[in-house]
Amino acid sequence: MAGDSVAAVADVSMAPSAPSVVREMARFARRNPLALVGGLVGLAIVLIAIFAPWIAPRDPLKANFTRMNKPPDAQAFFGTDQVGRDTLSRVIYGARTSLFVAFLAVLLGTTTGSLWGVACGYLGGRFDLVSQRIMEVLQAFPDLILAMAISMAIGTGLPAVIVAIAITRIPFGGRVIRSVALTVREMAYVEAGRASGASALRIMSLHVLPQCVAPYLVLATTHLGVAIVIEAALGFLGVGVPPPTPTWGNMLADAITSLIPSWWLVLFPGLAITITVLAFNLLGDGIRDTLDPRLSPTVLRLVTGAGRSRAS
Amino acid sequence: MRKYLARRALFGLGTLIGVSMIIFVVLRVLPGDPLVAILGVEGHARMQPADRVRIMADLGLSDPLPVQYLRWLRDIATGQLGKSFFRGDTVRDLILHRGPLSAEIALLALIVSWLVGLPAGIASAVRPNGWLDTVARVVSIFFIAVPGFWLGLLIVLALLFWFGYKAPIIIVHVWENPWQNLQQVIGPAIVLGLAQGAYISRMSRSCLLEVIREDYVRTARAKGADERAIVLRHALPNALLPVITISGVLLGFVLGGSVAVEQAFGVPGLGRALVTAIVERDIIVVQNLVLLYAAIFVVVNVFVDLSYAWLDPRIRY
Repeated sequence: MAGDSVAAVADVSMAPSAPSVVREMARFARRNPLALVGGLVGLAIVLIAIFAPWIAPRDPLKANFTRMNKPPDAQAFFGTDQVGRDTLSRVIYGARTSLFVAFLAVLLGTTTGSLWGVACGYLGGRFDLVSQRIMEVLQAFPDLILAMAISMAIGTGLPAVIVAIAITRIPFGGRVIRSVALTVREMAYVEAGRASGASALRIMSLHVLPQCVAPYLVLATTHLGVAIVIEAALGFLGVGVPPPTPTWGNMLADAITSLIPSWWLVLFPGLAITITVLAFNLLGDGIRDTLDPRLSPTVLRLVTGAGRSRAS
Repeated sequence: MRKYLARRALFGLGTLIGVSMIIFVVLRVLPGDPLVAILGVEGHARMQPADRVRIMADLGLSDPLPVQYLRWLRDIATGQLGKSFFRGDTVRDLILHRGPLSAEIALLALIVSWLVGLPAGIASAVRPNGWLDTVARVVSIFFIAVPGFWLGLLIVLALLFWFGYKAPIIIVHVWENPWQNLQQVIGPAIVLGLAQGAYISRMSRSCLLEVIREDYVRTARAKGADERAIVLRHALPNALLPVITISGVLLGFVLGGSVAVEQAFGVPGLGRALVTAIVERDIIVVQNLVLLYAAIFVVVNVFVDLSYAWLDPRIRY
């Protein structure tokens, strides 16, 4: 935090808008120490994923038949798997797949859902009615089961997994952002825009959309963790990103193919999932508390499906 | 009330028809040839076009899509549900044989989640920011993040290493051997229950804190009622409604999560059957099982909505 404030002072002369952003972030970190920890750990994992080729001690795909199924030792800190691949390197490379899939799926799904939600909230009428029914139907599926069915149908592979997870995220974005758009459309400045003859598309993109940025960010961080778990579960069940690509889920699936699974093959990939999800959840909670208290768990239950008869 | 009930049931039925349409579109219209799975890649390549036509017709896959869809609806209505491509047993038998295990797991998980989550939430709310509250919140943050199937794997491994114990791997129904059956379902139920319990403790804490601030609770305090009675008898019932709702929503996590957790524990339940069917591209089984999971989710949430009206006399529909 001290570093941040120094940076804030240094930035004053250069960019007029930057210091306030830095100061805001410093204040955010001070008020949410847990979110700060989550953010830093999350950042570290993102960096590990990006720089995996330089960090990983060995090739994650290279089998070594002289060292099969070895417990952790000085040569391989996380041990080796049934064909002698280095578990540490595979966990590091696994971060790549996991984060790549999760980021893209959330970006795709939450963005689609949010834009749809803006249109629903602003346009209303029959379009909204039909859209709401579609989202309800999508939410009637348990997340993992819908993702499994979709990824089975469009073929397993990286794009299929991303699309499958993205589709499960759409209704969440749609419902939350719709409720925001519903309140925004009643505001005076939006009405003024309408009165001055602006088109619906122009009002939605210039006046309604900016109001949805904060809840969008909250949604996106909250769903990152969910997306990572779904990706891992798909891999674990054998319908995710196909091997030999190292993903945390695939590694767990590989681990239990042997009669007596080795503990290091089970412990480390799962630990990686847990730490990553924990980090993003903590960050998401902090962002939510700061940006949009309306999205606290108590309120969120009204837009996540149940209790809908009372919410609408 | 009766009118609301009818409307809500109709609404749920509409959702389910939408669900069945989505399943059908996803599984039939999207590319992918089911015959590859039946005959293997080589067999599929060697297949004559005439054979292909015959096999597709046998399986009922060559009819126009609307006909196939209507036939499926008819099968659901008559309870036949079609056959597996591979095993020749009907989907209905599959569900009847394996369903009870999964149902037990879900039910036990629900019980565990309330038994763990509610006391934790109450303890947290009674002294917010006290040490119990801090512990409960940290533990719940952890259980929300940890993937159930991994926790399951760890438990299985630990039991195997330290006690040389392995749960029975063939299906044992509760009416055949309750003790063995319990060994099979208790692990998945605890893992799934703890994850849900984390949400329940969060929810009951925040709702209880909201209710405790209300006037009638202050009145109860003012008249000198015992603190225990105030929390348990006056505040708790009103805080429970949202907790019941979240429990309904969480069923989605349980149904989805149980698929992976059953795999981790090696429990031969419905989730395992679904995974096998998906890997084998056994379309008839997949479509019916996915519909079943979605139907359970929808029906339970209809009941959750109805329970609102029953539990809270202020709500009139």
